Amino acid sequence: MSQVLVLPVVLPFAVAAAALWYRDRPLEQNRIGMAGSLAHLAVCTVLFVRVARDGIQTVQVGGWEAPFGITLAADHLSAVMVMVTAVLGLAVSIYSRSDIDPVLLRSGYHPLLHILLGGVCGAFLTGDLFNLYVWFEVMLLASFGLLVVGREKRQFDGGVKYVMINLFATLLFITGVGLLYGMTGTLNLADLHLAVQHVDNRALLGAVAAVFMTAFGIKAGLFPLFFWLPASYHTPPAAVSAILAGLLTKVGVYALIRLFSLVFIFDVAYTHGLLLIAAVATMFTGVLGAAGYYEFRRILSVHIVSQVGYMVLGLALFTPLALAGAVFFLLHNMIVKSNLFLISGISARISGTFELKRLGGLYHSHRFVALLFFVSAFSLAGFPPLSGFWAKLILIRAGLEAGAYIAAAAAVIVGLLTTYSMTKIWGQAFWKPSPGADSGDSMGEGGQPDMWMLLPVSGLACLTLVIGLVPGPFLEVAERAAHELSHPDIYVQAVLGGK
Amino acid sequence: METALAFLIGIVAAASVYLMLSGNLIRFIFGLVLATNAVNLLIFVSGRLTPTRPPLIPENAEAPLGPVANALPQALILTAIVIGFALLSFVFILFYRTYQALGTVDTESMRVAESEEHEPGAGEEGDENAEGTSPREGAE
Repeated sequence: MSQVLVLPVVLPFAVAAAALWYRDRPLEQNRIGMAGSLAHLAVCTVLFVRVARDGIQTVQVGGWEAPFGITLAADHLSAVMVMVTAVLGLAVSIYSRSDIDPVLLRSGYHPLLHILLGGVCGAFLTGDLFNLYVWFEVMLLASFGLLVVGREKRQFDGGVKYVMINLFATLLFITGVGLLYGMTGTLNLADLHLAVQHVDNRALLGAVAAVFMTAFGIKAGLFPLFFWLPASYHTPPAAVSAILAGLLTKVGVYALIRLFSLVFIFDVAYTHGLLLIAAVATMFTGVLGAAGYYEFRRILSVHIVSQVGYMVLGLALFTPLALAGAVFFLLHNMIVKSNLFLISGISARISGTFELKRLGGLYHSHRFVALLFFVSAFSLAGFPPLSGFWAKLILIRAGLEAGAYIAAAAAVIVGLLTTYSMTKIWGQAFWKPSPGADSGDSMGEGGQPDMWMLLPVSGLACLTLVIGLVPGPFLEVAERAAHELSHPDIYVQAVLGGK
Repeated sequence: METALAFLIGIVAAASVYLMLSGNLIRFIFGLVLATNAVNLLIFVSGRLTPTRPPLIPENAEAPLGPVANALPQALILTAIVIGFALLSFVFILFYRTYQALGTVDTESMRVAESEEHEPGAGEEGDENAEGTSPREGAE
């Protein structure tokens, strides 16, 4: 029973240890990485099925009763996030077989990747604020390592900025934890929900909420705290970019959703009003910022910022429909965004560059890759019937129902502007003739994408199509997650029992 | 006592922010150390100070008799110190390698990762240079 909750966190660490053992043998390390990710996906699927069937699952580690012990809890939101994490982990593990060269493997690529997955799952499953901090640190340290594992100049440069701002965010987070503990005397999230209601000093509580908002805002890449993101995400190998882009900012969004639906709901007009302004500003700056870039992955990086805005918009509106939209958007965006980064890696493999001006002709030379990009990119832009369309539709509808017309209008306009960026990549990298063909250069310095690259990318693209064509079941899960988020009592009851 | 410590935390935090914003990697590290300590002190104080009452349970008793010092913040700080130490060692190595690779500790002149938008290809050359050196470094 309890293993279901513990295994998604523990298994990646076991895989990391095994992969570390085979550090000097790249082939074995790859096999362990892939097998470990497959097992992780299986374990997370079991957890997801269990949550979908029986409702919220909790474990009190070490047998200490909540709120004193360490609580692991999985509601629908956590289960969905863990599940998507496992899917991305598997896709990137397979992709790495082709994308990551043996030098990086010897530096400990797969151990870092799996520690990252374990840390992310831990952050999604913990029911304790201090443990959330610890999992954030685990995840950060692994991501620091992954970001600079190639030891290129660019990576050091991007890595330094990434490390600096993220360390600062972590310090803010732990400051908030300390202050909140000082006011309530508890760290268990469910218990905090109850304890916060008895705090008299509402002004101080509001200040602490702002500290958490800033800390997670930096992690999530919220306006105006996102500058580290486009400065660093385009520097590591494509596989690393993909997993960082798919997971890290989303953990920040998850933490925001968790805290601002469970703990800081004493003054929704203030906290969520602030979030609404930040969300709309984030959507616009992200999408407008992307217009100036001509590098495949930098455009995608800046777009992460824009899409984080959509997710936070769902949280800020704080109606059940909007929360369902946020969860659906997370689910859709994590898959699509990672996949676009993986595809950028394929196009770089073919032409030897990420620069749009030097890319070209991929549509003629690699129809299948073009098709995969088409599906993912236009899903991101929100074209029906792809997954992004439903995600945006729900959020826009929620915005209209909540009377937030400006936010709804912003969501529509930003969606259109996203199309501009995606058509820019499509036109430059895929549609226009290859720049090398004019000057007589032979096309392609790198070579051809192999099965290890195409398999995970096709898988993720198929998943996008399935979510788009059969949105029903996914929507139902999102709605159930939203129901739990808008009724915190369910979560509190599950963690604390009958109290 | 709490008030004095609160002022101390404020001063240390202000100094750390000053150091971190100075645009120099070495100063940033010192700022980071100070900030970590300021936060640890804050957690310590937020557990309330109860001097001369250790949280010990006497023999033949199930729970401590009377009010005792809060032991939880100290456990939290210990965890935070350990994590902070790990991060600090990583930051030291990262900054040292960055200095080796880029030849500067001034964050304003670090523009390798973001230079290519004016001139496509500039970043690519950086890539090739770095790739040329990476096998040697990988062999270290």
